[in-house]
Amino acid sequence: MPSGPSRSDVLESEALHLIREVAAEFDRPALLFSGGKDSAVLLRLAEKAFAPAPIPFPVLHVDTGHNFDEVLEFRDRRVAELGVRLVVAGVQDSIDAGRVAEPTGRWPSRNRAQTVTLLDAVAEHRFDALFGGARRDEERARAKERMLSFRDSFGQWDPRNQRPELWNVYNGLIRPGESVRAFPLSNWTERDVWTYVERDGVELPPLYFAHTRKVFERDGMLLADNPFLHRDPDEPLVERSVRFRTVGDMTCTGAVPSEASTVSEVLAEIAATRVTERGQTRADDRTSAAAMEDRKREGYF
Amino acid sequence: MSPSSPAGPAVPADALPGTAADADGFTPADGLLRFATAGAVDDGKSTLIGRLLHDSKSLLADQVEALEQASAERGDDVLDLAMLTDGLRAEREQGITIDVAHRYFETARRAFIIADTPGHAQYTRNMVTGASTADLAIVLVDARHGLTEQSRRHAVLAGLLRVPEVVLAVNKMDLVDYDEQVFRDVAAEFAEFVGHGCTAIPLSALHGDNVVERSAAMPWYEGPALLEHLEQVRIADDNSTMDFRMPVQCVIRAPERDYRGYAGQISGGSVAAGDEVLHLPSGMRSRVSSVDTADGALVSAQAPLSISLRLADDIDVGRGDLLCAAANAPEPADELSATVCWMTAAAPLRPGTRLLFKHTTRTVKAVVTEVRHRLDVTTLSREPAAELGLNDIGEVGLRLAQPIFCDPYERNRLTGGGVLIDETTHATAGAVLITEANPGTRS
Repeated sequence: MPSGPSRSDVLESEALHLIREVAAEFDRPALLFSGGKDSAVLLRLAEKAFAPAPIPFPVLHVDTGHNFDEVLEFRDRRVAELGVRLVVAGVQDSIDAGRVAEPTGRWPSRNRAQTVTLLDAVAEHRFDALFGGARRDEERARAKERMLSFRDSFGQWDPRNQRPELWNVYNGLIRPGESVRAFPLSNWTERDVWTYVERDGVELPPLYFAHTRKVFERDGMLLADNPFLHRDPDEPLVERSVRFRTVGDMTCTGAVPSEASTVSEVLAEIAATRVTERGQTRADDRTSAAAMEDRKREGYF
Repeated sequence: MSPSSPAGPAVPADALPGTAADADGFTPADGLLRFATAGAVDDGKSTLIGRLLHDSKSLLADQVEALEQASAERGDDVLDLAMLTDGLRAEREQGITIDVAHRYFETARRAFIIADTPGHAQYTRNMVTGASTADLAIVLVDARHGLTEQSRRHAVLAGLLRVPEVVLAVNKMDLVDYDEQVFRDVAAEFAEFVGHGCTAIPLSALHGDNVVERSAAMPWYEGPALLEHLEQVRIADDNSTMDFRMPVQCVIRAPERDYRGYAGQISGGSVAAGDEVLHLPSGMRSRVSSVDTADGALVSAQAPLSISLRLADDIDVGRGDLLCAAANAPEPADELSATVCWMTAAAPLRPGTRLLFKHTTRTVKAVVTEVRHRLDVTTLSREPAAELGLNDIGEVGLRLAQPIFCDPYERNRLTGGGVLIDETTHATAGAVLITEANPGTRS
């Protein structure tokens, strides 16, 4: 006697349900797509939610200008294959327009600046719902998120005053200027994402698999050689076999030493690791215990 | 107007925790168990979850390191495990839990999603949020204090929300010298309150007794440690015997492929190609020609899968409609008796209050016709009430502008539940658990 639906099936169904609810109840949704693994899975789920019809909303990329070439190539190819409209909102444009200052210092990450660019894009395109690939297991402020997260007309998240969320009933009513963030992957763990990548054959940028790259070490992280980070004399470049667990702004995304070149090898590596995804590879979450919470309150997704 | 509920206990005995006999299809899929923790402030919920994560080796090195650092900064020489779960700045500063946090961990036997819900009465709505999707609830009680108003409230909420299983965790046993009698008394008090026994486990979250490993400090206790219980507990699976229900979310059309399917998440029972289904509100019958997913057609599908259905006949089906078992379909109802958890401080719920009611994928206007009583959650008695205030639970009558197609909540949590939404602010103002649905007089 076969058992019930698998864990992947249940998580997928929960995600499809939320995606369809948001598409049905909001006028102008968009899907945040960074080219990372979570948003690649999210894009696949959006594709599946409406198949065989096309995805009925555009894809929004908030481009820090510090992206890996492999990710941009992947982004452009995927949206072309799916025939969805791509909206790119550039942090560089926000800097050029004087909306935000170019970050400086040892960690000149543009992640914080992304919030301004994101909110400007929301206003310009009048998006009222943004799908994000955030998972609650990533970070403890994210663990507090609803699946459908209300944002006021300033894009702010108020964790003390979130809407109760019961069963699979999502309150999608907002007033003009307000918006929501929808997180279909809320209940997925890093392992669930990789399990799904394997099961569904989701394509990812090659960065996620072991490759040889010039890196340097800083604060225990391996950073890719890139023109946006100033390297100190005591931070020599070395060639290592690495892969990335998360993919974001090159100035704050660390690589991990790895020989895992297939999805199943990556899954084995995750099972054995003793460090969380963000702890190992995200410099911007290390700045304070509430770094993510502060960014989310301001409107970061 | 529907008749008033008959007099009797405010909560039907079978609505209380621990009775999984009529569990409604929320089954842990393939080793995935969703559980909610509840308990009063300072009963040690966050510590318990931290202990579960820590002792089951679910924490990774950087999380332990951050914890050690934070504990050291506070001058603590032991790990403050609560810091793991209190994710907000204000929570860490005040040492309390403000909103639901979801945690994820797995053992060789099962994967777990924990809804860590706050204990403060002012956050009861968050407890309701966490418990609505839970397979199991852990009600935490401080061994020194016995049942407080909050633990009674949480037991009642778990019962009302029909969480299939409830575990009583008698915490802080270290502070009562691991005394068996103290544990027995608390367990008996709980059993008396809810009207039957349930799994009760004596433990110390602070020291890890009976959390992951069985404790040598309580040789008189012969049951499982908490984690063992969570790994082994069977949640009754009545999924397949429920009547098929699928609220329609949207119509998927691909004209170039001559495709027209009705998309939704199955909220009860199962459906197979060839099945006869009824469409509401039209009342028309048709046959399922295909159960579709993006990966291809299925022979059959069961709750909680998201699918799309094609029908043999051309029926006008749209969002908010229901496709259901032809043999046993709900009647359209525009008069409801319901248990309501009122969740907003903005205004009380009282007769004449106008709201929006979101039930499955259909949102209709609603007006409160009657407030029948409020539930005293410490005594389970009904008290007369003119209105429900923040965090009150009571029985009300609702009249709807259009009929909905629902089941009693005790039969199906998804087609029997819904939310009340403030028409002006759009805040989620109340949780509705339908007890009785009547076709209205306005047909």
